[in-house]
Amino acid sequence: MTAFVEVSHLGRSFDVSKPWLNRVIERLPRRNLVAVSDVSFQIEEGAVYALVGESGSGKSTIGRMLAGLMTPSEGQVRVAGADLHADPSARKAAGIQMIFQDPYASLNPRWRVRRIICEPVVVAGGETAGLAERLLEQVGLSAEDAEKFPHEFSGGQRQRICIARALAANPRLIICDEPTSALDVSVQAQVLNLMSDLRDELGLTYMFISHDLTVVRHMADRIGVLYLGRLMEEATPAQLFARPRHPYTQMLLAAAPLMDGRTREIDLPKGEVPDPISPPPGCAFNPRCPFAVDLCRKERPELREFGGSRVACHRAEEIAAQSAA
Amino acid sequence: MTPPPVLSVRNLVVAIPSRAGISRPVNGISYDIAPGEILGVVGESGAGKSMAGNAIIGLLDRPAHIASGEVWLNGNRIDNLPPDDLRRIRGRQIGMVFQDPLTSLNPLLQIGDQLTETIREHLPMSAAQARDRAVAALEEVGIPAAAERLNSYPHEFSGGMRQRVVIALALCAEPSLVIADEPTTALDVSVQAQIIALLRRLCRDRGTAVMLVTHDMGVIAEAADRVAVMYAGRLAELGPVRSVIHAPRHPYADGLMGAMPSLSIGQRRLRQIPGAMPRPSRIPPGCAFNPRCPRAADKCRVDPPPTLADDPQGRAACWFPMEHPA
Ligand SMILES: Nc1ncnc2c1ncn2[C@@H]1O[C@H](COP(=O)(O)OP(=O)(O)OP(=O)(O)O)[C@@H](O)[C@H]1O
Ligand SMILES: Nc1ncnc2c1ncn2[C@@H]1O[C@H](COP(=O)(O)OP(=O)(O)OP(=O)(O)O)[C@@H](O)[C@H]1O
Ligand code: SF4
Ligand SMILES: [Mg+2]
Ligand SMILES: [Mg+2]
Repeated sequence: MTAFVEVSHLGRSFDVSKPWLNRVIERLPRRNLVAVSDVSFQIEEGAVYALVGESGSGKSTIGRMLAGLMTPSEGQVRVAGADLHADPSARKAAGIQMIFQDPYASLNPRWRVRRIICEPVVVAGGETAGLAERLLEQVGLSAEDAEKFPHEFSGGQRQRICIARALAANPRLIICDEPTSALDVSVQAQVLNLMSDLRDELGLTYMFISHDLTVVRHMADRIGVLYLGRLMEEATPAQLFARPRHPYTQMLLAAAPLMDGRTREIDLPKGEVPDPISPPPGCAFNPRCPFAVDLCRKERPELREFGGSRVACHRAEEIAAQSAA
Repeated sequence: MTPPPVLSVRNLVVAIPSRAGISRPVNGISYDIAPGEILGVVGESGAGKSMAGNAIIGLLDRPAHIASGEVWLNGNRIDNLPPDDLRRIRGRQIGMVFQDPLTSLNPLLQIGDQLTETIREHLPMSAAQARDRAVAALEEVGIPAAAERLNSYPHEFSGGMRQRVVIALALCAEPSLVIADEPTTALDVSVQAQIIALLRRLCRDRGTAVMLVTHDMGVIAEAADRVAVMYAGRLAELGPVRSVIHAPRHPYADGLMGAMPSLSIGQRRLRQIPGAMPRPSRIPPGCAFNPRCPRAADKCRVDPPPTLADDPQGRAACWFPMEHPA
């Protein structure tokens, strides 16, 4: 049985060189930024797969490639068995929609809500009678809202409109890129609950992108942890939070605020994410890793099965043994 | 005996007149911050957190102005001072840290010059002394090889390092109060943890009072001693961080905690507060929270709630605060 979404050896780089003339005058080399490198994972139908990582780790780039909005430099994405980038009809057949962080920017301010929601269906030549009203009610707004303009809604309501628009196309897979990062907690709760309900009702599959570990823990069936474009660890939320295997995951969990109202004397994370244009050789995390040895500075660790997770760390066994002792 | 507060805010009201009438984005808030204390101010976007902070330091943009109330700094009233006096106090006694470090740094000046300039403006020091002081300030906030970085420009630092420089700048004249408005919001969690630890340490070591404004309850939980929860320009609740998080008395604070994924581990659904916070021009009569409140009764729709001081526990501005078993 193959998974609904299969991502294999996905890679994407960007040419970030200065313009040709500057390069010649200032004698600069061509510069290549590897945003995503050799990422493989699978998503089961009806599951929520989350990607977490700090800014610039490549989450949105992966999301865009999964939505078919950007072509990979390497590897492939198969959805429902079809190669998304080789086969032009595959994206439509797979029914993929995307929801973005900024609900203000992604709604045309001059269109009424009805037109915004129905647009994808109109483009596909489908029937739209009563569609906007039905979808608005499904996302917790009212049928009368179809006549209004985006500026008449709050941030949370606008994100509901984006969700309604995504649902109009009868999607099977929705890529959510930081869908609640611009919202306040109380409004975030409304939107997350709505997304969970829709998943149960419609059997949707989600790829859920966020930098917020607490949100990801709440929503996901499986979590992939990205660092500098590479998958460092992948596990279920229960496993990841109880037994983080990768030193980077351990660092993230230690840094995330606990809500116990006690201040901790934690080992503070060292340093910051390095420049993605010249990532460290070997394991990308090695300069910040308290466990790094020579091997880590030379050889990139493969993502491999270990203790119920998948982890890309040369020293996973020793680290696990140490924390057990 | 408790030491006198560094900052004391009394019934502060900020008004903005417009054609449609007067709106009051900050409407009667009061609190004290003691030396060495971090007071967290949380609330949703538009609750009036930044406006309150700006009013305290006298940086309101016209036509916004302080309509009533008082602000006391180290025993002196500062809300009614002429602009020039206030500017002097701002640099000397109040340090400021904002979300975007670039708003506090001059992109065209080396950071060493920015630091020495600020130091010499407020402290009687020679250029050489000020330079040593600048190096010490950078070292204190954890900038490696500080002496060599004096000649660097802001853009040559990473985001986290830049925010450290801003903190060094805010603290170099040894202010007694620091107002930090969303200082970690633009930063990654790992860097955020570093910056919070830094603020805590500096505040503890020097006895600086800190007003930490953020919409992120997680940051407050890590950093603050007490927290003020703002809603629609008012204080809903004010109390020790642990109590407010785990035993909130105001129904809004209670709803906020229930909506946090980190406090709802293992729950299928998050608790949600229906509706949204009203704009300052659309605040309902009675308690501002009444249309969204599960405990609201007739009284709440008519009479403004009692003040914090009226609450037996001194924490919530609510007719029917929540009781928690001890
Ligand atoms: N079109 C582009 N051209 C050049 N570089 C790009 C482009 N898009 C992304 N990048 C770079 O690729 C890396 C990954 O970016 P991406 O937007 O995927 O990160 P992210 O994990 O979504 O971050 P954030 O949390 O900030 O949204 C970054 O270093 C970014 O600067
Ligand atoms: N110049 C202005 N004129 C009129 N209203 C304003 C002005 N600036 C801010 N407001 C209003 O004042 C209220 C309080 O704004 P403030 O910036 O203090 O909110 P905040 O709590 O800091 O929110 P955020 O978390 O988004 O920073 C908001 O409703 C805002 O719309
Ligand atoms: S591979 Fe090495 S450097 Fe990378 S996380 Fe594991 S121990 Fe640390
Ligand atoms: Mg992104
Ligand atoms: Mg603000």
